[in-house]
Amino acid sequence: MSILLFAESQQGKLKKGSYELCSYGFALAQQQNTSLTIVTINCEETDQLAQYGASKLINLKAKVGYFEANTYASALVDIAKSEQSKIIVISSSADAKYMGGILAGKLQAGYVTNVVELPSTSEPLTVKHSVFSNKAFANTTLTGKIHIIGLANNVLEETTQSSSTTVEQQDTQVAIKCTQSSVEQIQGKATIADADVVVSGGRGLKGPENWGLIEDLADVLGAATACSKPVSDMGWRPHSEHVGQTGKPVATNLYIAVGISGAIQHIAGVNASKVKVVINTDPEAPFFKAADYGIVGDAFEVLPKLTEKLKARS
Amino acid sequence: MKILVCLSCVPDTTSKINFKDNDKFFDEQGVQFVINPNDEFGLTRAIWLKEKIGATVDVLHVGEASADPTLRKALAIGADKAIRIDTPATDAFVVADQISDFIQSNPYNLIIAGRESIDYNGSMVPGMIAANCDLAFVNNCVKLEIDGSSASCTREMDGGMEVLSADLPLIIGSQKGLVEETDLRIPNMRGIMQARQKPFEVVPAKESSPKTAISSFEKPAPKAAVKLVPADNIDQLIDLLQNEAKVL
Repeated sequence: MSILLFAESQQGKLKKGSYELCSYGFALAQQQNTSLTIVTINCEETDQLAQYGASKLINLKAKVGYFEANTYASALVDIAKSEQSKIIVISSSADAKYMGGILAGKLQAGYVTNVVELPSTSEPLTVKHSVFSNKAFANTTLTGKIHIIGLANNVLEETTQSSSTTVEQQDTQVAIKCTQSSVEQIQGKATIADADVVVSGGRGLKGPENWGLIEDLADVLGAATACSKPVSDMGWRPHSEHVGQTGKPVATNLYIAVGISGAIQHIAGVNASKVKVVINTDPEAPFFKAADYGIVGDAFEVLPKLTEKLKARS
Repeated sequence: MKILVCLSCVPDTTSKINFKDNDKFFDEQGVQFVINPNDEFGLTRAIWLKEKIGATVDVLHVGEASADPTLRKALAIGADKAIRIDTPATDAFVVADQISDFIQSNPYNLIIAGRESIDYNGSMVPGMIAANCDLAFVNNCVKLEIDGSSASCTREMDGGMEVLSADLPLIIGSQKGLVEETDLRIPNMRGIMQARQKPFEVVPAKESSPKTAISSFEKPAPKAAVKLVPADNIDQLIDLLQNEAKVL
């Protein structure tokens, strides 16, 4: 009956969001008066999850070197059955959302993504989650027999417990549906999905040749770089950097928007970020209404100064 | 090749979101409904495949008659047949259940559904269909090439891309990148006239019960006004970020 939680890793290393997820899992287990079982797959850092209050920590060895959604979902289905879990907790990363639908289908489970809090009621289970691209929240009751909660990114503080859990190693069968033929992973740089800070540029930068200004600021902050939709549509930057409603979602601690006026679709995609700073020459830019801090000024003057001062500070 | 594109109808991306009846329901008044953008990228790719390698493209919607104009638009930009499964789209589980049931008696080589709808942002329907029908599935698909009975798909991951190959039948979660924004088609008069002659089936739904129910909506708390810092006082901004917001 324990709560089953899937902590993601990539190339053996735990993903940053896994610690937040495990903290949520333990709080949920406390609330539901049950225990927590954490599952990892092909993870080499399982020991780091020992302090999250789980009564069981299972590391599965799958004979597939990449994230194969069907294999991962099948493995979790087996464990959910043997643990008789009624609640399964996963993250809202691109991988987790890829796998989550398969998992829900296989278990015939109710599934809610982008959940932002612990359930407000237990019988039945009611969870709050963001909808309409962060323009609203819905309170949804899970009415099935098995429930999957997809926790939104960056919504709660990490907490560890004093007790420690030992790790069990298990093998799992592979059920490969898709074969990876090549992969390109950003190395040594923060990504939009896991960065604490994202620096984003819009049309105000005037051209791709000026992106050095964005990259320099991102470098001193250890930030990921992103862009607005027009910038990716004009081919100044790759699509993978487009953030907003039809691009990548951003839920970071600090989002710095430079030369982005703030179309409603852009703001929707980045609004889950905690602190938003807007730098724009136009004091009427709608983004200032959604921002926490703002500078009305020219990016070409403000950015080098900001980068310089942050560099001097560190 | 037979392609099925699953379409969701969503409020236009610029819509103001409001609720009614004590915040229990979404207020549709004054809202323009459109094809979910992630589905439209997929539909456009499907029409491109039809023109390049030959295929039939059917579009499918689970929902009520209010979506018919949106389905007609899909016919006007090049789909061959529209199907609407006539039942309220209560939750993702019911939608996936209905589509899966339809596919099992009407097989397709390629099924396309948007990676998420921009209204409820569930991101779960394509994966559920994959599980229900035991299909290979590639989500966040930004590139798709078909070669005979196999497909090569590029998936956008957190912080990278991977190329996956799978055998047909296959389902993909479509998104921007599969086609460019500029590739999206606007119905022309000829297309609109032709759409009137194309088959449009309304089929009864199978029995299916939802697994989730929305009890209420809420809006985010209103935001405090922005704190403006003079452009010549960068130190103040750094100070605020460090000591007030505590994000540096």
